[in-house]
Amino acid sequence: MDYFIQQLVNGLTLGSIYGLIAIGYTMVYGIIGMINFAHGDIFMLGGFAALIVFLLLATYIAGIPVALAILIMMVVAMLMTSLWNWSIERIAYRPLRGSFRLAPLITAIGMSITLSNFIQVSQGPRNKPIPPMITEVYHIGNITVQLKQIVIIIVTAVLLSIFWYIVHKTPLGRAQRATEQDRKMAALLGVDVDRTISVTFVMGAALASVAGTMYLMYYGVVAFNDGFIPGVKAFTAAVLGGIGSLPGAVLGGLLIGLIEALWSAYFTIDYKDVATFGLLAFVLIFKPTGILGRPEVEKV
Amino acid sequence: MANTVLDTPATEGSLVGKAIKEALFTGVMTLGLFLLYIGFRTDQDISNTPIVYGRPGLLAIFVAIAAVGRFLMVVFVQPLLKARKEAKAAAVVQDREATFFKKHILKFALVALIFYPPVIVSLYGFQGSLKFVDNFGIQILIYVMLAWGLNIVVGLAGLLDLGYVAFYAVGAYSYALLSSYYGLSFWVLLPISGILAAFWGMILGFPVLRLRGDYLAIVTLAFGEIIRLVLINWTDVTKGTFGVSSIPKATLFGIPFDASPNGFAKMFGLPMSSAYYKIFLFYLILVLCLITAYVTIRLRRMPVGRAWEALREDEIACRSLGINTVTTKLTAFSIGAMFGGFAGSFFAARQGFVSPESFVFMESAVILAIVVLGGMGSLTGIAVAAIVMTGGTELLREMEFLKHFFGPDFTPELYRMLLFGLAMVVVMILKPRGFVGSREPSAFLREKKAVSGSFTKEGHG
Repeated sequence: MDYFIQQLVNGLTLGSIYGLIAIGYTMVYGIIGMINFAHGDIFMLGGFAALIVFLLLATYIAGIPVALAILIMMVVAMLMTSLWNWSIERIAYRPLRGSFRLAPLITAIGMSITLSNFIQVSQGPRNKPIPPMITEVYHIGNITVQLKQIVIIIVTAVLLSIFWYIVHKTPLGRAQRATEQDRKMAALLGVDVDRTISVTFVMGAALASVAGTMYLMYYGVVAFNDGFIPGVKAFTAAVLGGIGSLPGAVLGGLLIGLIEALWSAYFTIDYKDVATFGLLAFVLIFKPTGILGRPEVEKV
Repeated sequence: MANTVLDTPATEGSLVGKAIKEALFTGVMTLGLFLLYIGFRTDQDISNTPIVYGRPGLLAIFVAIAAVGRFLMVVFVQPLLKARKEAKAAAVVQDREATFFKKHILKFALVALIFYPPVIVSLYGFQGSLKFVDNFGIQILIYVMLAWGLNIVVGLAGLLDLGYVAFYAVGAYSYALLSSYYGLSFWVLLPISGILAAFWGMILGFPVLRLRGDYLAIVTLAFGEIIRLVLINWTDVTKGTFGVSSIPKATLFGIPFDASPNGFAKMFGLPMSSAYYKIFLFYLILVLCLITAYVTIRLRRMPVGRAWEALREDEIACRSLGINTVTTKLTAFSIGAMFGGFAGSFFAARQGFVSPESFVFMESAVILAIVVLGGMGSLTGIAVAAIVMTGGTELLREMEFLKHFFGPDFTPELYRMLLFGLAMVVVMILKPRGFVGSREPSAFLREKKAVSGSFTKEGHG
């Protein structure tokens, strides 16, 4: 039982990271109906921004409190990736809006290749390790909880509540929901659709960069190709929860985190990704639009 | 900004002013984007401690290039493009009779391909021809074949498949494993690999029959990853990440390409060279490509091909007309997969070595990109896209002379995938409908007229 709860904690931590990335996928999908393949690499860019800021802080401002350092890392990473995602949307996706469906998908894949190779060229192909930032560990009975796991879960919870508030209670969120439902009608009613879509990309990037910072803090290492696997997992999470549904993305992320942790704990770790993808296929056979997705209504 | 259009013709002064403003904006944006990633470099010192150092000079160069580029763009390129567009609109569109060359371009291309190896050999000798026949010929033709195979699924049936590389892997491993465990020959295993891949296409097809659009895309992606992960982890059979090596070569109807007395070189009294095998492989993949093209063209005229295209255009109409969408989708998946399997077994025979490394998601993405960039459904366009994208990146390997400009540390190969990604974005933005914008209609009344690519739908599946 203790072992099970231990794995549950690990799974929740991992799931929080996936959930944060998945929101970016699901929001962009909801609002313009495209799979933003470059989103995983935005997450990686966030991790690298955090890494560089961490090294700068460690070099020039020695003895800075850890909490403050993490906060600065997070904020700078959010700013950087927001800028990147905003520019990418502007350059690679906006000219193709209203074009056929596969065109932005291809530019997104192209952007994903570009971003990871850009980092490989500019920062080098090696893994970038950092010394552990938070090392405190608590023991509750036989269960070990690391402080960094608690930090990740709390930061995720706080961000998600802020995010929920923005989407459901502010004029900006109303504009987003309106654009999602009917872009043309929203534009007719005075919603600045272009701006709303840009803001959506910025918000998705900000959440992904926090996930990137957490990832760096949790694993203590980041590499140029780290965007792909978490990106695909988060995308799987978004689809599993029902793409376009925000609670679905978080639920999917947590589910995938839990499955991964529990599968590695009780079965072989080699096939943990196979289990994740297998579950996705299995769920979609019975619920073709994901767990919380709205069934598609076909009109002739 | 790109979307602010001046209504009145701009005078020279305001144009320059606008350009300066935009150049400044671009410069500031570039500074922001590259501040951390170019402006600083992370590394490790001798004791493996991570360190960071600044690169302000490089950052300044990037910002300057972006700002100056934007300025020149606004002042010179944009007015030029605008003028050209207006001239084009003003010009009377006249029906020009296609030139002789244009009419027979495909025949010319085929003849050129057939004479490609002898010409290269006569120019560079057998040893020198290796690089051109292998890297440029075979490599491109493999992608042409894969893209034509995927075109059946994506271009004709309109089903978005992001895991096509799985079938390529099935084909490659079928040949690699069956030939090394049971010693079967290439000519027996080529059809078997195709059949096995088609079978796997069917297996993938069943669960995804109800899925549409992006749900289908992610499940196919997941399927591709599952196949790759199984290949990595099932070490007893596949040897995991080490891969299967020393796979037997293909033979020319029983004549092996080796140094043995009954080998190809000895039999014809030629000096030993590995180039014969490559040239043989070149013709082999050419024939396989032609078969793929022929089958695709013929299938489009058969009921099943018509059903695919009907499915792409409108699934509901398809159902109401009594087309069995289940068999239609399954045949599309399995026939597309079959060509992937053929290409895979050819790949294994060519490399003599297969490992899961070759079947990553990026390969699927590249193949899909070729199909879309070529203009989905157009075989010629796809071939052009394959040549441009694969040939272009192969060409970068050869750019040794760039070292004279950027110093001896400069490795063009490092920039290969970076430029590939950028090229994908740029080509897609400039030509969203692909290289070939018109389609041959499958069915027509009296006269065959080319249809604009924008009229063909892409399907929801």
